[in-house]
Amino acid sequence: MSQSPHYDEFTYIGKHRRAVEHRRFVVGKGNYAGDVLKLGTLHVAIVASPYASAKILKIDAAAALAIPGVEAVVTGAEINSAVLPVLPGVDAPSVKRFPLAHEVTRYSGEWVCVVVAKSRAIAEDAAELIQVDYEELPYVLDPEIAIKDDSHHVHADAGTNLIFNRQFVWGPVEEDFTKADHQLSYRVKWARSSTVPIETFALTCEWSDATGILDIWASVQMPKYPEQIASALQLPTNSVRVHYDVDVGGSYGVKRGLKHAILVGYLAKKLGKPIRFIEDRLENMRGGDMQGPDRLFEVTLGFQQDGEITCMKMCALEDIGAYAGRSPLQLGKPIGAISGPYRIKSVSYLAQAVLTNKTPQEAVRGFGQSPTNYALESGIDKVARFLKMDPIALRKRNLIHKDEFPYLIPSGTSYDSGDYSTVLDKALAEANLNQLIAQRDAFRAEGKLAGIGISTCLEPSGGNSSFEPLFNPKNETTTWMESCVVKIDLGGRVTALMATSSSGQAHETLVSTVVGEVLLQHPDSVRVLHADSLNALPSNSPVGSRMAIMLGGAAAGAAKKLKAKLIAIAAEQFGVSSEDMTFTGSEVFVNNAPEKNITWVDLVAIAHRKYHQMPKGMEPGLQEKFVWEVPTGGDLPDEQGRVHMYPCHSFESHVVLVSIDPEIGKAKIHRYVCGHDCGVMISPDVVHGMTYGGIAHGIGAALMEKFAYSAEGQFLSGTFMDYLLPSSSEVPAITIIDHCTPSPLTEFGQKGSGEAGYLGSPAAIANAINDALATINKSIDFLPMTPNAIWNAIQQDTTY
Amino acid sequence: MKNISINLQVNGKQVSSNIEPRTSLVDFLRDELRLTGTHVGCEHGICGACTVLLNGGPVRSCCMFAVQANGLEVTTVEGLAPERGQLSKIQDAFCEKHGLQCGFCTPGMLITCQALINKNPHPSEAEIRDAISGNLCRCTGYQQIVDAVVFATKETS
Repeated sequence: MSQSPHYDEFTYIGKHRRAVEHRRFVVGKGNYAGDVLKLGTLHVAIVASPYASAKILKIDAAAALAIPGVEAVVTGAEINSAVLPVLPGVDAPSVKRFPLAHEVTRYSGEWVCVVVAKSRAIAEDAAELIQVDYEELPYVLDPEIAIKDDSHHVHADAGTNLIFNRQFVWGPVEEDFTKADHQLSYRVKWARSSTVPIETFALTCEWSDATGILDIWASVQMPKYPEQIASALQLPTNSVRVHYDVDVGGSYGVKRGLKHAILVGYLAKKLGKPIRFIEDRLENMRGGDMQGPDRLFEVTLGFQQDGEITCMKMCALEDIGAYAGRSPLQLGKPIGAISGPYRIKSVSYLAQAVLTNKTPQEAVRGFGQSPTNYALESGIDKVARFLKMDPIALRKRNLIHKDEFPYLIPSGTSYDSGDYSTVLDKALAEANLNQLIAQRDAFRAEGKLAGIGISTCLEPSGGNSSFEPLFNPKNETTTWMESCVVKIDLGGRVTALMATSSSGQAHETLVSTVVGEVLLQHPDSVRVLHADSLNALPSNSPVGSRMAIMLGGAAAGAAKKLKAKLIAIAAEQFGVSSEDMTFTGSEVFVNNAPEKNITWVDLVAIAHRKYHQMPKGMEPGLQEKFVWEVPTGGDLPDEQGRVHMYPCHSFESHVVLVSIDPEIGKAKIHRYVCGHDCGVMISPDVVHGMTYGGIAHGIGAALMEKFAYSAEGQFLSGTFMDYLLPSSSEVPAITIIDHCTPSPLTEFGQKGSGEAGYLGSPAAIANAINDALATINKSIDFLPMTPNAIWNAIQQDTTY
Repeated sequence: MKNISINLQVNGKQVSSNIEPRTSLVDFLRDELRLTGTHVGCEHGICGACTVLLNGGPVRSCCMFAVQANGLEVTTVEGLAPERGQLSKIQDAFCEKHGLQCGFCTPGMLITCQALINKNPHPSEAEIRDAISGNLCRCTGYQQIVDAVVFATKETS
């Protein structure tokens, strides 16, 4: 499996290994938030507004409160005076977000009041009896209208819907455009879709008057979650304890649940009983605030006749919905790979986030990068068609060469390493390009439309938060650290403590492999636990493809300290220095004198029991922590908005063959190959799994998934019959071809892979469909390319 | 409405209970019996996370009432392994081939695969994809699930 010579130095890294977590999952013994049930738990149901925007005139809960088993009905009037609002990640303090609407609702599905009852069924019965009188208000759904000065304002106090608006210019863009032989402008739209995990958001909160602690068991993946809950509930930060040993049933970015926790935390404290809230699917889709990027791009590329692309102007208008958390920042992260894997020398970028009367967005896999990759990769194919050049040759003309790293892009990020042409070539070889062309032509000869799609793009990884100060000068965050504690107990067994929850990324497997590698102990003997937030060291959660790099680095750092300590104790026994010793895992011996050795067991005994044999002044026991700052982190942006975004850059090349049945417009994928380079893979099975899943998610975004709204702002996609997820019928067999260019910035040469596949698959599929449609001079410049959209494109301007 | 008494077999054990008629089978399994291995994903019969075997056939336990299972045999993910501490062949294959990630769809997926294998001990890849097409997974892209079923059902010489 680990074909690259870069793996030769490792004992456990890069090898097939069963994931530690899977053993409990396959027997039904996971510990998901919905499985947590405290004695005396009360349950919650939500009453949501049916209007795009409305004034709340009156809430009558008398009939609901009369039902036996109903304990409370809480409205926005009550809770919003008791908690502090959550503010956007950008500087827009008048866009306040509370768990429940008060006076005004701003999207269809917004929570208006909450019922607490002895069972969920009773709570739902009671919710149906609550009478809310509304007066409908004006609303705005189209971001291009919302951005205008005379538009209705979603938040009257804000005085505008445009809560972020910044023009960046990196390099001599105008000058480069005047020097370019050609320029080509286009518009593409990424639809509102999301990650839609099979588990909805769920949590239980329990308050103790005795300890003054609010305990939270939540299906969460979010940086600084306990701190934000404490802030909203006006509790000391050490009064909120989030239990990170809860298994999260999928997230891929969206499991944030901040308003959920503020609401349920408030109820738990008010009522003095454990409260559980499990979203049903409709609640999750309409009021769970987990919809994703919804972005309109206008792009102009400047290029020479020989295919060299020299400059780019990109405008991105993001429809963030009615409230904002970190969603506007999803325009910021792509700045770290704004020019893709290409040698584009100057870039201007207009980033605009606009409020509309729709469900708010949340962070989605790639944090805005996949839409930007789709916009750029669509343009590469458009340039190829303009120049009548092969899109593969055009890409190769522009890909950064492997000898050019570290490569500084115009917006301030330095790419760490890569070999992009080779990874593209490997994918093309595996797909057998000539055969693929022959297959495509055979489909065309049968009267079908068929096309080959390519994309080459980056996965910035190692999740830093440099976009925070870039998009909000009041926020001076320059660290996004991750931590790990490792100890060796009296029995010689190793236990590691990580500081966040996992949502399928197999972090226990990652940490045990890394710690096993450093200490040369079998990874299956290393136990890994998830701390709770009060006994954890700082973490920024598994966002931004960061854990292989950051948690892997922190675990290795702590294990290396332990190893050094064991060697120092051994050296002390023989009166030599640590440099004179060799560590094998089972023992430590004096170099060139293997008979002078001391075993692991004896070293552990000295550290735990025999202080008299330890080096003078050394701390007894064997326990170390390591808190790692993001490599390349630590700096604020400069005045031009240049900043080093993420440290590591994985690369992927996608090759896809698609046919379209022109009678019904349905696309079918016949061949899918992904060339992938994420440096050294610590757990190849995990990396491949996430890449397959990312591609499947991308197939959904490209062909199927959209949160749709009616012209009246009614939400139309609240079920899995309306919002379509790819099944095994739509996702084809996929071939992944690995390549390994180690990162010089990380412990083992690893890069990130949590967003792999998703970052290039929508672009490649869209390019394949447009390659097919090009034969009839048609193209589609929006996602998802549903059968209906393709059929319409085929019919356009057709005379009967 | 008055509660109703039901008797059924769950994972080989006889179970009796007195429940509200509107209790769904999955809520009965999870809340009354505390068999939390069976998961709830959509509650409208699409995602398949709640799939259990009812008299040997796969059903959506979110879309039927517990009273409808009166007198019948239910198998959940907790009942797949031959003995405590052991794994069934399909559970073992999912572990070996990395056929899961977050594990949330996995119980329903395992049940569906077990039902397939019971009917068709050596399914082709196309038959596997067809059999699991009613179980949504958001992590794996189905590839390693198919690999796991192939691994569990390959002919051994």
